[in-house]
Amino acid sequence: MAGNEKVDVLIIGSGASGAAVAWGLAETKMRILCLEQGDWMKPTDFPSNGRDWEARRYTDFEISPNRRGRDTDYPVNDDNSLMKIANFNGVGGGTIIYTAHWPRMHPSDFKVKSLDGVADDWPVDYWALEKFYEENDRMMGVSGLAGDPGVPPRHPPMPPIALGRTGTRYAQAMNRLGWHWWPSDSSIATTDYEGRARCINLGHCTPGCAQGAKASTDITYWPLAIRAGVELRTRCRVREITTDERGMAAGAIYYDADGVEHFQPAEVVILACNGVGTPRLLLNSASAKFPNGLANSSGLVGRNLMLHPWPIVTGYVDEPLDGGRGPINTIWSKQFYETDPSRDFVRGYTLQFGRGTGPANQAIVGAASGLLPWGRDHHRRYRQMLDHRLSIGVACEDLPEEHNRVTLDPVLKDGNGIPAPKIDYAISENTRRMMEHGIARAEEILKEAGATDLYASRTALNYPGHLLGTARMGTDPERSVVNEWGRAHDVKNLFIVDGSIWVTSGGVNPTSTIQALALYIADQMKQRLATLFD
Amino acid sequence: MAAAPETRLSAAETDALRKIAGTMVPADAALGLPGADDPAILEDIVRSVGRDLPLVREALAAIAAKSDDAFADMERDVREALINEWYPRGGAPALALGRVIVSAYYRDDRVLLALGHEARAPFPKGYVLEQGDWSLLEVVRSRKPFWRDDRVTPRGDR
Repeated sequence: MAGNEKVDVLIIGSGASGAAVAWGLAETKMRILCLEQGDWMKPTDFPSNGRDWEARRYTDFEISPNRRGRDTDYPVNDDNSLMKIANFNGVGGGTIIYTAHWPRMHPSDFKVKSLDGVADDWPVDYWALEKFYEENDRMMGVSGLAGDPGVPPRHPPMPPIALGRTGTRYAQAMNRLGWHWWPSDSSIATTDYEGRARCINLGHCTPGCAQGAKASTDITYWPLAIRAGVELRTRCRVREITTDERGMAAGAIYYDADGVEHFQPAEVVILACNGVGTPRLLLNSASAKFPNGLANSSGLVGRNLMLHPWPIVTGYVDEPLDGGRGPINTIWSKQFYETDPSRDFVRGYTLQFGRGTGPANQAIVGAASGLLPWGRDHHRRYRQMLDHRLSIGVACEDLPEEHNRVTLDPVLKDGNGIPAPKIDYAISENTRRMMEHGIARAEEILKEAGATDLYASRTALNYPGHLLGTARMGTDPERSVVNEWGRAHDVKNLFIVDGSIWVTSGGVNPTSTIQALALYIADQMKQRLATLFD
Repeated sequence: MAAAPETRLSAAETDALRKIAGTMVPADAALGLPGADDPAILEDIVRSVGRDLPLVREALAAIAAKSDDAFADMERDVREALINEWYPRGGAPALALGRVIVSAYYRDDRVLLALGHEARAPFPKGYVLEQGDWSLLEVVRSRKPFWRDDRVTPRGDR
C-alpha cells in the first residue's frame, strides 16, 4: 500500500460541508487535506451548453447516482424506500446539482421536543448558528429580500430573483387567500458577486450552472480554501477510517483513479460525505475494537434517516408564464410551517412555488402524469401545457425514526469493491398527514390562481436528496453519535460535519444549515485546539 | 470470439420504433409540425437511446406482443388507443420510450420554432425574465412576524 505524509486534518468529501469546514479551518495554518472521490467540474460540462440540455437531466446529470452511473459514483440500494437517493460526487458535491433554494431552519426546528413533545431537541440552537448562517450567506452569495415576517431577520447580500409572470400569478392568488408568501432566498447571484457573473436565466439550474451564477462550493469556498493552503485531492475514494491502539482515528485507506490503494495518516479526521456516505464509511470501518462500525457504540450510526417527503402539485393556467426560462425558484410560503394544534399532525412544511419547465421535460412530466395523450390530440394538449405550468412543492418535515436507516448491502459494491449502502425507509403516519394537508393547500392555491388539470405527485417523481440524521448530534453518548460540536463520542479525533448529524430535519432545504453547522464546528475546533482531544 | 454486445437498435427494431414514434407524436401539417417519425428526428431518437436501450427494447417488445406483431398494419385509431392504454401501465419501459422520443422531438429546430421557442441551447445567451409585480408584496410586508420565537416564554417575555 502506498503511503503518504501525515496531515493535521483530513477531510473526506468536498461538498457543502467539506468545503465550508476546510475554509473555516484554513486560517489555523494546519496542514489540511481533502479527499474527494469525484472530479472538478468545468463550466463547459454542464448541460445548458448544448441542445440536449433537457435529456442530460436523465443521463449524466441525473440526480440519482444509480441512473447517472458515472465511474465516480457509488451505487445505492434504495429498493426498499419510496423516496430515492439523490447526490452528486465531484468537487462541490450536491451543490453542483441542487436547486439553490436557500431557506434556513427556524428557531423552533431546534426545539421540537420542548415545544411540541416529539423527537429530540438539538444540542445547539438557531441563535448559536445565526452568525454562521450570515457568514455562509456572504460566502456562497445569496439573493433574497430582508423583511420576511415568516422567518427571523436575515440579510441576503443580493436582490431576489425576479418574480416573473409565474411568481406574480402565485402572489396574486396568495394575497387573495390572505396567506403568507415571500420571494425565496436562493444561492444564485442576481448581480455580479465576488468574481461570479450574474444569473442570465439559463433555465432550470439543477443540473449545474454554466454561467457560474449558482453557488456551488467548487466556485465559492474551494478557490479561497486552496489559496489559503488547503490541498484538495480528487479521484480518491475512501474505503475506511483506520484506528490506532488507543482507539483514535489514524487516517484513511483510499483508492486513487487507477485503483491503487493508499493510506493517508492524519491527526484529525473530518467526515463530510452526506447522510448516506458518512454512515456507509463508518460501518465499513468496523474493526476488532469497533465491531459494529466506527463511532457506533450507541448503535445509532445509520439510523434515523430523514429524507424530506416532497409532494409536488401542478396545474395549468390559460396564459403563458415563464416556462423553463429561469431558475425554478420563485416564492415560498411559511403559512403552514409552525405547529398548529388544530391540525392532525405536529410540525409543518414550507410551500415552494416553482416556475415551469422546458419543452421536452414538459412532455415527459405531462405524459407521466396522464394529462398529455399520445396521438392526434397530443399537440393540442401540449400547447395548453407548455409555458402554462404552475407547480408547488410541499417541503415536509420528516421526523426521525430509528427503523429508517442506512446499512451495508451484503451484495452490492462500488467499482472498488467497497460495500454499497442499503436504504430502508418508510414515510411515517405524521408525515403522511402533513403531506395530505400540504397537497390540499397547494390545490387551493392553484385553483385560486385559475389553474386546472391539477395533479399531485406524492413521491414517485420527487427525491430531493436531503440526506439527514444518520449520525445525530447530542450530549448523551448512548443516544447520539457526535457531541454538540461535532466530535464523535467514541473517537476523540473524529468529527462529522455533514447532514448526518442533524437531530431533526425541519421543513426546508438543508444546505444553508449544513454549511452553517460546518462553520460552527470549525469555529468550535479552533476555540479548543489546545484541548481538542480531551 | 464472442460477438460484441449490440449498442444500437437493429434495423427491424428501428422500423418498429418509426411506426410507434409516428403514432405517439404524429405530424400535424396545420401546425407546421413534423412527426416523431420524421427521418431526422428518428435518427436523433435512435442515436440517443444510449443507456435506455434495454428498456426501449422491452417497450418495443411489449407493444409488439400487445398488437400480436401487427402494430404497423393497424388503423391509426387502433394504434393510438393501444399506445394510450399501454403507456400508463407500461412501467419503466414505457416511461423510457416516451422520454427518449420526446427528448429528441422537442429539440428539433422545426418543432421549437413552431412552438414559438428559440432553437438554441440556453447558454450563453440565456433568457429574459421579467421582474413581475413587486407591489403585491406590500400587503405581506405589513404583516407582523409570525415565526415561533423559541426564546419567548409562555408568559410572553424572553
